[in-house]
Amino acid sequence: MREVAIVAAGMTRFGELWQLSLRDLFVEAAMEALDGAKADHLDAIYVGNMSGGQFVGQEHLAPLMADHLGMAGVAATRVESACASGGMALRQAFLDVASGASDMVLAAGVEKMNDGADVTAVLASAADQETEAYHGITFPGLYAMIARAHMEEFGTTEEDLAAVSVKNHKHGALNPKAQFGREVTTEEVMNSSMVAAPLRLLHCSPVSDGAAAVLVVPLERAKEFTDRPVRILGSGAATGSMALADRQDPAFLDAVSLSAGRAYKMAGIRPGDLNVAEVHDCFSIAEICVTEALCVVDRGKGGETVRSGYTSLGGKLPMNTSGGLKSKGHPVGATGVAQAIEIFEQLRGEAGDRQVKDAHIGLAQNMGGSGASSVVHIFQRV
Amino acid sequence: MAGIVGYGAFIPRNRIKSEEIARQWGKDPDTIRRGLLLEEKSVPGIDEDTITISVAAGRAALERAGIDPTKIGALYIGSESHPYAVKPSGTVVAEALGVGPEVHVADFEFACKAGTEAMFVACGLVESKRVEYAMGIGADTSQGAANDALEFSASAGGAAFIFGRKNLLADVVDTYSYTSDTPDFWRREGEFYPRHGGRFTGEPAYFNHVLSASRAILDKTGLKASDFRYAVFHMPNGKFPLAAGKKLGFKKKQLEQGWVVNKMGNTYSGSSPTGLAAILDVAEADDLILITSFGSGAGSDSFVLKATAELPKRRARAPTVRAMLDGRRRYLTYGEYAKYREKIIVNT
Repeated sequence: MREVAIVAAGMTRFGELWQLSLRDLFVEAAMEALDGAKADHLDAIYVGNMSGGQFVGQEHLAPLMADHLGMAGVAATRVESACASGGMALRQAFLDVASGASDMVLAAGVEKMNDGADVTAVLASAADQETEAYHGITFPGLYAMIARAHMEEFGTTEEDLAAVSVKNHKHGALNPKAQFGREVTTEEVMNSSMVAAPLRLLHCSPVSDGAAAVLVVPLERAKEFTDRPVRILGSGAATGSMALADRQDPAFLDAVSLSAGRAYKMAGIRPGDLNVAEVHDCFSIAEICVTEALCVVDRGKGGETVRSGYTSLGGKLPMNTSGGLKSKGHPVGATGVAQAIEIFEQLRGEAGDRQVKDAHIGLAQNMGGSGASSVVHIFQRV
Repeated sequence: MAGIVGYGAFIPRNRIKSEEIARQWGKDPDTIRRGLLLEEKSVPGIDEDTITISVAAGRAALERAGIDPTKIGALYIGSESHPYAVKPSGTVVAEALGVGPEVHVADFEFACKAGTEAMFVACGLVESKRVEYAMGIGADTSQGAANDALEFSASAGGAAFIFGRKNLLADVVDTYSYTSDTPDFWRREGEFYPRHGGRFTGEPAYFNHVLSASRAILDKTGLKASDFRYAVFHMPNGKFPLAAGKKLGFKKKQLEQGWVVNKMGNTYSGSSPTGLAAILDVAEADDLILITSFGSGAGSDSFVLKATAELPKRRARAPTVRAMLDGRRRYLTYGEYAKYREKIIVNT
């Protein structure tokens, strides 16, 4: 397999973008990436999107986006893995270039959630319809159960959950593209409305519109497009049992662990080598569980890790310097690519106020549903 | 120039607390109170409707105007709950008030903006000298679907304003209307409850129109927020008007008097008009007042008014808004509320 690099990125602001449609969002992000690289053609496009059909009635996104980008003719396909759609689109792009089949591939993710749909119901389609959704569960409920399991097994507290939100909002306040550009206090989080006990409003990522895109090329050609390419050192994907009830331990995200292991192996690195990471904090508890499943810390230590500042900017392994899903926003299909973009900027030294000093190895972890799918990418400064 | 020569409001005596509605549907009352800033709302009695509310408000306006009702050359009622789909509310109100038969009557409609529309047209007609006096009324008894967020705010009430050219209580300094095709909230013919676009009703609908109209009228008149004593905006809930006021540079003190929604609820076409009435109840000579309404679909009407020295002299002739809000009232259970609002299926 050839070595692969990201040479350009583009991203809309994330938020309630009333003036932009699904296709507008995609084109804005894609154009920023293409202009950044001065790329005039593409060999392939992968569009990550969870639910264009249910949110805005639009399926068949790949040709629509290629066409709207002015690139009708290019080979394109949509990639779907619920909230991991973006990360999986990036993986497909990586494999396409690594295999030698393509040289110039756009990996993009887009979601338009604010157009009148019943968002809770649409998102619930990522759960097991027959054994979970049929009985009325929704995503906050599933993650609430994961939180309860973690709290019972390891003594994780509501304050630990709040610490994730406080940290990510602190980071997000430094990100001009974040949906919420303001900090929150522990008190605010603890007093916010209960959504699904123990998860409160400020433990949950928001409903967002947005798009993100990266241009992926063979490393040997990267300097044609940028002085500072970022190598994709490793990629690993895995599935876990669909239904939470079928997991060995509901407090442990096995798909995350498997996907990370595969990525670490391909990259030839260990968790201790990481300088910066973007992880899937759809709900605060998710970040705690992912920190453990990535083997950054031992099982059960995720809560105290956040509270100690280990994963804050300035700490040993800053996580979610972008603000994470919680503060930056979570336009479902776009998230995985946006995570990669944050690491891309960190490794190029372009993260401004969010810059992790001297970052040279970064990780992005993107997950679908209650952890039924996970994809991890590891990046290296060139 | 024309202005207000008489004004009046009416709020039904029945109330229901947000807590009572929340309890019914298993919602947390604290969340409602915090999120919407609503404590309680008015509920129309079995024999109250937009017509009866308009008559009560109209009578108070006539008292304060001190004019012969037959001199009223035009009478307009704006509402989204006219009792009939076809049969004007205005004719009933006119007769009840002793207005007419030489009078132009029309019913207005534009979601919650219908009241200020009626006022705008009444004012314009008087300015053009086609009629000597004209009455514009905004009144509603709107429904909120059971277990919907709107159930906490949809209430009943209204206010009436008589426009004339002399002995003004308040001068109309200027007006500005801002309109666009924005479908944030609607009810198709035959449907019992309205539907809405969730968060789309916020920034792209309410705020876009309220702020655009308000900014434009400030621009047009060369006035700043600090020049005003009072400001009132359409009140779909407790939060939106305060947020809009803040964005425009108004301070809490300027917004307080007209902010009646936390006790009254959202009386739709009666909302900002009743807030204006509450302001006229206390305003002093030369006070500048801004009112901006909002109607879904969507549009906003802005007025800049200036109180005159006549206002404090004549306003005691009829009940004040605060007196009605804080005065004799009756709290209903959810069951009584559902009965009065015809939410219970009964055999006819």
